[in-house]
Amino acid sequence: MEKTINLKLKIWRQSAPDAKGELVSYDVKDVSTEMSFLEMLDVLNEDLTKKGEEPVEFDSDCREGICGTCGIVINGIPHGQEKATTVCQLHMRHFKDGETVLLEPWRAKAFPVIKDLVVDRSAFDRIISAGGYISTKTGSAPDANIIAVPKPDAELAMDMAACIGCGACVAACPNASASLFVGAKISQLSLLPQGRIEAATRVQNMVAQMDAELFGACTNIQECEAVCPKEISISAIARMRREYVKAAFK
Amino acid sequence: MRISQIFSSTIGKKLILGITGLMWASFIVIHLLENLLLLNPDPDPFNKWAHTLISLGPVIYAAELVLVVSLLFHIFYAVRVTLENNKARSVSYNKSAGKGGVSRRGLATSSMIYTGILLFIFIILHLLHFKYGSYYEYEVGGVVIRDLYRTVHEYFSNPLNVTYYIVMMALLGLHLSHGVWSAFQSLGLNGPRFTPLMTKIGTGIAVFVAIGFIGIPLFVLLTGGAA
Repeated sequence: MEKTINLKLKIWRQSAPDAKGELVSYDVKDVSTEMSFLEMLDVLNEDLTKKGEEPVEFDSDCREGICGTCGIVINGIPHGQEKATTVCQLHMRHFKDGETVLLEPWRAKAFPVIKDLVVDRSAFDRIISAGGYISTKTGSAPDANIIAVPKPDAELAMDMAACIGCGACVAACPNASASLFVGAKISQLSLLPQGRIEAATRVQNMVAQMDAELFGACTNIQECEAVCPKEISISAIARMRREYVKAAFK
Repeated sequence: MRISQIFSSTIGKKLILGITGLMWASFIVIHLLENLLLLNPDPDPFNKWAHTLISLGPVIYAAELVLVVSLLFHIFYAVRVTLENNKARSVSYNKSAGKGGVSRRGLATSSMIYTGILLFIFIILHLLHFKYGSYYEYEVGGVVIRDLYRTVHEYFSNPLNVTYYIVMMALLGLHLSHGVWSAFQSLGLNGPRFTPLMTKIGTGIAVFVAIGFIGIPLFVLLTGGAA
């Protein structure tokens, strides 16, 4: 049943990448518990706009939990406290009337703040670019099942491909490590025959780029898996390490 | 890719930490099993075993060299990884909370570098207490050997020394409770049956080592110290 709650928001406001930021408090009244967290912020922003104040900048796109664009650290947890949820799919029914909610951007050296809650995640794009291509036959459409893939491998590759690249793993990791993201991307291809051809150079180049972006090293805390909206397992990180060692002896 | 490149990568550094850590964890388990002889009211079996080890000559020196080198690598890379990881988040959160669930975030994972540094200091002191500690000799079966049993019992007749060992061995247990399973994960050894098993074995080793190494000094103190 729909009801309304009042919230006190403490939001990180930072006008520009080099500007000094600070936490600013806002009261949001009559928030429908049916709203998503981002809709609640939309209401706040409408209010701020009417008052002639600068709205709170945040990222969002699909708002159905599949694009990986949104991301806010809510009360110290990336995407909030609900399991396997992105911020856009986090609903206000999980909050209590009168609660104070703290909103901060992803924090990592490799993810500099652009404005308020928006960070620059192009480091992820550069890692993906470093991964390169796969060799495949072009021309007429190939026969659908010409390359046999064991069913368990196909399933596992799909689990790894579920990564939406939101960066919550980096935000949650005490070391700001991107290992879960990179591990998922490497796994997704290395599990399939089509991805084996360039497997060695791919893992070397992606790991080198990950390190060059100054992400931290993984110390196996598994907080990344806990916050991952797609619940990607840290077995991805172990697979990345195996591929890396294998590549070294190639 | 050159091998040297591997060891400067985030993955390679953790490989070294994992390998050297497992070497030390294995040594610690063996070391505990040997030292259970200290619970024997007869000093001879312990002293004879210690004498046998010393008599191995080059073999024991080689083993000691491997341990020292692996420890230095472990410390060097642990400090390096920690400093780099701290730099990876230059602006910290106003609030950071664990999500629970599968996360292992907690005292053991966040204190690895601190327990590690304290344990390194402990290892040096430990060698000074015993290996380079007070030297007694006695004759067993016509051979004069060192009475290390007496040195140990003498040292643990002091409650302050025992307290220090209890605290340090609890920290060792904490370090191993994350370290052992984590080393396998760092080496890329992970599997749906293997990893839960290694987590249990890691916790088992941590508890066994902590209880064992806390038990020995406590037993010596409570049973009256020097024999």
